[in-house]
Amino acid sequence: MSVDIATVKKIASLARIAISEEDAARLAPELDNIMGWIEQLGEVDTADVAPMTAVIPNHLRLRDDVITDGNVRDAVLANAPQAEHGFFTVPKVIE
Amino acid sequence: MTELTDLGVAAIRDGVRGGSFSARDVAQAFIARVSAAKALNAFLVETPDHALAAADAADAAKAAGEELKPLAGVPIGMKDLFCTKGVPATAASLILEGFTPTYESTVSGKLFAAGAGMLGKLNMDQFAMGSSNETSAFGNVISPWRRSDGGNAALAPGGSSGGSSSAIAARLCPAATGTDTGGSIRQPAAFTGIAGIKPTYGRCSRWGVVAFASSLDQAGPMARDVRDCAIMLEAMTGFDAKDATSLDLPVPKWEAGLSPDLRGKTIGIPKEYRVDNMPAEIDALWQQGIAWMKDAGAQIVEVSLPHTKYALPAYYIIAPAEASSNLARYDGVRFGMRDLPEGANLQDMYAATRAAGFGDEVKRRIMIGTYVLSAGFYDAYFTQASKVRTLIARDFEHAFEKCDYLLTPTAPSAAFALGEKQADPIAMYLNDVFTVPASLAGLPAMSVPGGLDAQGLPLGLQIIGRPLDEQGVLNAGLAIEQRAGFVARPEAWW
Repeated sequence: MSVDIATVKKIASLARIAISEEDAARLAPELDNIMGWIEQLGEVDTADVAPMTAVIPNHLRLRDDVITDGNVRDAVLANAPQAEHGFFTVPKVIE
Repeated sequence: MTELTDLGVAAIRDGVRGGSFSARDVAQAFIARVSAAKALNAFLVETPDHALAAADAADAAKAAGEELKPLAGVPIGMKDLFCTKGVPATAASLILEGFTPTYESTVSGKLFAAGAGMLGKLNMDQFAMGSSNETSAFGNVISPWRRSDGGNAALAPGGSSGGSSSAIAARLCPAATGTDTGGSIRQPAAFTGIAGIKPTYGRCSRWGVVAFASSLDQAGPMARDVRDCAIMLEAMTGFDAKDATSLDLPVPKWEAGLSPDLRGKTIGIPKEYRVDNMPAEIDALWQQGIAWMKDAGAQIVEVSLPHTKYALPAYYIIAPAEASSNLARYDGVRFGMRDLPEGANLQDMYAATRAAGFGDEVKRRIMIGTYVLSAGFYDAYFTQASKVRTLIARDFEHAFEKCDYLLTPTAPSAAFALGEKQADPIAMYLNDVFTVPASLAGLPAMSVPGGLDAQGLPLGLQIIGRPLDEQGVLNAGLAIEQRAGFVARPEAWW
């Protein structure tokens, strides 16, 4: 396994991070090195081991199905980079 | 006369209660000290009005003969990962620049309800990703400590809670909040000669805390001694319905329960923590710590945690995987930065915003996380790491059949100079070799100052306890603290 420039570009695209050719070339050996170091996990025998899902045993709770929050539109929009007419706005997505 | 800024949490609380000084005097003394310490770059935002308002409330309650709240008159620092209503929060990232929370994190709300005032928001590694506070978008935090060689090399305060550790060591605040995902409370505490405890996962609510890796993130206090940590922890802890992993348990009276008597207790020394190339001074401190534990009445046994060497690689799958998911929320739509290049569509806007807003280390971790979760790799990486995590937790369970607490060094070295480890991410990751395993297992763990190295820099000892046994961890910490007699402090050069 090795992380090459094409892989870096694919990951960046999946992660929605714009990346230049230059950065992809710089990151490839760096990520390859880190992934190479992580590879050692493969040597642990985990055949009969369940993956951990909760560090401290805890029961997921149910709460009453009632409204506990709301009517805070302006607070929700207060930090939006762009909000109009009570909505978040984004670049046009439908032609 | 002792300066007010030399006092810790308990001394300030008791002094205000007893009328030795007013809470306003305390707040003003710390505010002046904070504003004179810009060279440390520990604070991102200063909130003197918040501290003064809390102080005035404490003084008014005292004048009216009311019973004072547990932290009345105590001004604290708040790591910038905690959202506090009406005060800008960035988690030290450009992508959150301009974000002012319209809500209060549960932990900060509890501290304020207990009477604490806030001096300001503390700098940190960006999104808590780092071990040296060099990943902040707003500049490095400088440790107040300097090597005794006469060189003035700027030293790392540790990370990610580096603003917290630097500020407490420099007496800019008596205590601060920290968060610990893989060692971010304990390692900076060790680097700066202060104490800090990460409680059991689930003790402190994560609600309103900017998320890094949700199965690991845990808030905790940092202060100059064990008692002050206990007082702070009591105020920070408690069930919160808004956090699905919050533990629904009563909050123990940790301060009242403090006892340095370790008779009848057994301390485990994990042999796998004797890593290659461990500096002799770290090993010497560890041996000294063992001697202190014996002196406090404890028995010492060697224990084995066979999967220790796999903790860091497992952590560097699990934490980035969770981060890549958590940080997907920064999309330039709902809060924080937006970068909309000319003619860009929605997808371009996401990518441009995230490229401009995230720092290099954050991008690195998001990319690692995205990679290990991507189709075809999930089982080989994420599932395997989660299984190894089970084995690491099982190691601790087995060890705790033979002992009550584990004693280890907190970090494999004293503070390093800024820039020294920047070039090699793995060298930086290795700094957390002793702290990450307890994080993966969700265990309470604490660092207390043990002594100074030959260069005059602080070294810390770590105590790890059973789940929910913060009391035992604090007590073992107290036993060390009383024997170490650590009084060294950095000379004010800033």
